[in-house]
Amino acid sequence: MTTLEFQHVTKVYNVRGSGQLKALDDVSFSLTSHQTIGLVGQSGSGKSTIAKILTQLERPTSGTVLLDGKPVPTFGKGLRRYRQQLRMVFQDPFASLNPYHSIRHHVERPLRLDRVVPPAEVDAEVRRLLERVRLDADAVIDRRPHELSGGQRQRVAIARALASRPSVLVADEPVSMLDVSIRLGVLALLSELQREEGLGVLYITHDLATARHFSDEIMVLNQGRIVERGAADDVILDPQDPYTRELRAASPDPEKHFQELAAQNAGGAR
Amino acid sequence: MSAGVQTPVDPAPVDPTLVGTTAATTDGQRSRIPWRFIGGRVLFYVFTLWAAITLNFFLPRMLKGDAVQAFMARSRGQVTPEAEQALRTLFGLDKSVPLWQQYLGYWDNLLHGDLGISLSTGLAPVGEAIASALPWTLALVGVATIISFLVGTAVGAVIGWRRGSRLEALVPVTTFLGTIPYFWLGLIFIAVFSTALGWFPAGHAYEIGVEPGWNGPFISEVVSHAVLPVVTIVIVSLGGWVLGMRNMMLTVLDEDYITVAQAKGMPDRRVLWRYAARNAVLPQIQSFALAIGFIVGGTLVMEMVFSYPGIGLLLLNATNAKDYALMQGIFLVLVLAVLVANVIADIAYAVLDPRTRQTEA
Amino acid sequence: MTDTLLSVRDFSVVYDVDPPVRAVKNVDLEIGRGEIVGLAGESGCGKTTLAYGVQRLLRPPAVITSGSVTFHDEDGIDVDLNTLDAEHMRRFRWDKISMVFQGAMNALNPVATIGSQLEDVFEVHRPELGRAERRRAVVELLEIVKVGGQRRRSFPHELSGGMRQRVMIAMALALRPQLMVMDEPTTALDVLVQREILRQISQLRHEFGFSVVFITHDLPLLLEISDRIAIMREGEIVELASAERIWNAPQHEYTQRLLASFPRLTGQKGVVAR
Repeated sequence: MTTLEFQHVTKVYNVRGSGQLKALDDVSFSLTSHQTIGLVGQSGSGKSTIAKILTQLERPTSGTVLLDGKPVPTFGKGLRRYRQQLRMVFQDPFASLNPYHSIRHHVERPLRLDRVVPPAEVDAEVRRLLERVRLDADAVIDRRPHELSGGQRQRVAIARALASRPSVLVADEPVSMLDVSIRLGVLALLSELQREEGLGVLYITHDLATARHFSDEIMVLNQGRIVERGAADDVILDPQDPYTRELRAASPDPEKHFQELAAQNAGGAR
Repeated sequence: MSAGVQTPVDPAPVDPTLVGTTAATTDGQRSRIPWRFIGGRVLFYVFTLWAAITLNFFLPRMLKGDAVQAFMARSRGQVTPEAEQALRTLFGLDKSVPLWQQYLGYWDNLLHGDLGISLSTGLAPVGEAIASALPWTLALVGVATIISFLVGTAVGAVIGWRRGSRLEALVPVTTFLGTIPYFWLGLIFIAVFSTALGWFPAGHAYEIGVEPGWNGPFISEVVSHAVLPVVTIVIVSLGGWVLGMRNMMLTVLDEDYITVAQAKGMPDRRVLWRYAARNAVLPQIQSFALAIGFIVGGTLVMEMVFSYPGIGLLLLNATNAKDYALMQGIFLVLVLAVLVANVIADIAYAVLDPRTRQTEA
Repeated sequence: MTDTLLSVRDFSVVYDVDPPVRAVKNVDLEIGRGEIVGLAGESGCGKTTLAYGVQRLLRPPAVITSGSVTFHDEDGIDVDLNTLDAEHMRRFRWDKISMVFQGAMNALNPVATIGSQLEDVFEVHRPELGRAERRRAVVELLEIVKVGGQRRRSFPHELSGGMRQRVMIAMALALRPQLMVMDEPTTALDVLVQREILRQISQLRHEFGFSVVFITHDLPLLLEISDRIAIMREGEIVELASAERIWNAPQHEYTQRLLASFPRLTGQKGVVAR
């Protein structure tokens, strides 16, 4: 049972010429295994900053990040081990895979670098991972990224992330650049993997509907602060915070729209 | 799990579309010139200049033997020890003076415009020697570079606009012309246009016997002597500008704002020049400003072929004669020119591309 | 004056590459006056090609291989867009049909001010206006879209995504066209900003009475704002019906599949399709 914690994390950027930018303001939360937390925020809310701090690409200005109660190491072997535990899936399936290397290479690399399995078993493990993400291993293993569709590429990215057997997966807008009809498929895959591997998943998105659909809990981020947190349905269906209410009102909701329309028409007809 | 951890944010009615704009305080009184940006760059160049001058000071002193020894060798023992000492003092090469004092003396001289004495041009001040050669180089090569830039960029813009037309053939033609050894082209031109056809003179900046000055005959002399050198330089350097501009045009024409401009019903001419070329020319301006810096160095080959009295020839002679003072002086002028060109390039870019004025993303 | 503004008949576009790609296949579509028609589909379905093709904005290797596009001007004249020569087409553009592009990234010339990019529409299409009148018109436009007249001296990179989109709308509105084609105008924007922009489009439509063709992959969005929706797949319109019909009784299985791709925001947990 792994726990990842943010404790009072604040991140301030110094901007030349315009002073300071507070990207995160006293953010605290914890993510445990067997759980998906949806982090909902619009652009400029700080959600990418959280992702960067989680992957140690940025350090907090103040506050701590803890893994299993211990502060996350910032260099050396400790950092290496931390990075094995926490993997990320990125938004752009085009940009996150190197166009010059085969799929095999992409999935193999973490296996070799982190010595997850002995060299003799690497090929078998690559195939297993590809099958795990519902790809035909034989068909894709020797292809280059540009020969695959966006959805397939994203599945490869997920396979790559799973290679080092992490306990936490950070998915930063994993489906927003994919075609509409395959989005739910990829999200369902993430959901399934989370359940079966016992991962803790942080699903970062701007879209309330998919956040509700796939998260156990939702945190709403507004300008660097968490303004609301709770069970997914509670936050979406009965939001307490005014900002969350605004977000919900602004999101497309055809069901509500047509219900209201029908009510209007019924009222008019009388 | 409980509800929100922090107190709800007060939803001041902020128009969400205004979030994230950096022009929030614009009021039409913004200066167009990014002083802060330029100031930073200038400081950097001042530092570079200091470093270059210091290097310029030390390098000749690290050479085996020095200017005075070379002079002595050439004078074959006709210089008395006292004269040698005097020369040493004159050149600031007096061994008895500590190095740092020599250094300060060097700076003192520089700031007074005293670049030393040139051994190879009959002990004339270096400044004078340079001043007699520099204007010819600047004028000739400067004019040639400007013409080459303007013509090449315009041609490149049109070729890029009409992608796939027959004009594309101009690209390999002009780049091929750039591979022709310059001296060969120069000699051919002299042979054809000067010797055979007699249209233009074969060399020098002006004929001996004409009185230099701002008068008609002199100016027409200068121009007729300059035509062949300018034309040959333009021919050889055109290809680079054409290719560069054409490639940038192709990149720019794929941008959305070109499609939008055409969708707006803008006539082709306007889209080509005001939307496409205006954006594509930005890197060209950088190259051009840097090219200006190298104008000062002249083109040695051109000056040799046409016997043109420019800086290149001067530097060659100085090197052959081991005239260190003159060499140093010329290096200094070159460094200054390149730095000034860089500053101009930075300013031009900042003025032409509004995005660089922002010091933060 | 008929109720139909634009009649597209048997329209086909082919990308002349090897092998050739049939991007739009024999499409029939009618846009009514004052109507919002949503054009929904995933990437590669041909919706953008259709929209560009109708305005003759396609570039090689795209080729219009068949079909007619007839514009029923409110003056009563019918114009067949395919028969217009380049110069007439250029004058027609923006005056009768204008387009709102995705303004977020590179749709505005980065080295020119917002004001100058709005002004050149008037310079080219309304040459009879003097400089002062042009300036006034530009300021008026910027006020209408609530960007503010003082922004006319700003450069595109100084504005937020939402403001740039509003500038694009202002630009499209400049000559008071009868039809506005909007290509994913809110896709790169936040949900709150998106709602604002949509509200504004709606208000402008009531005020100025133009029709809208709204292209996007966001079907729930279209369901809320469109009068009619055309679902496109692989170059064909597979279903064309009122928004309510699409919601209540989608006929084509692709429409149902598309609806099933969007999880419900409120109500029972599950997908949007019923």
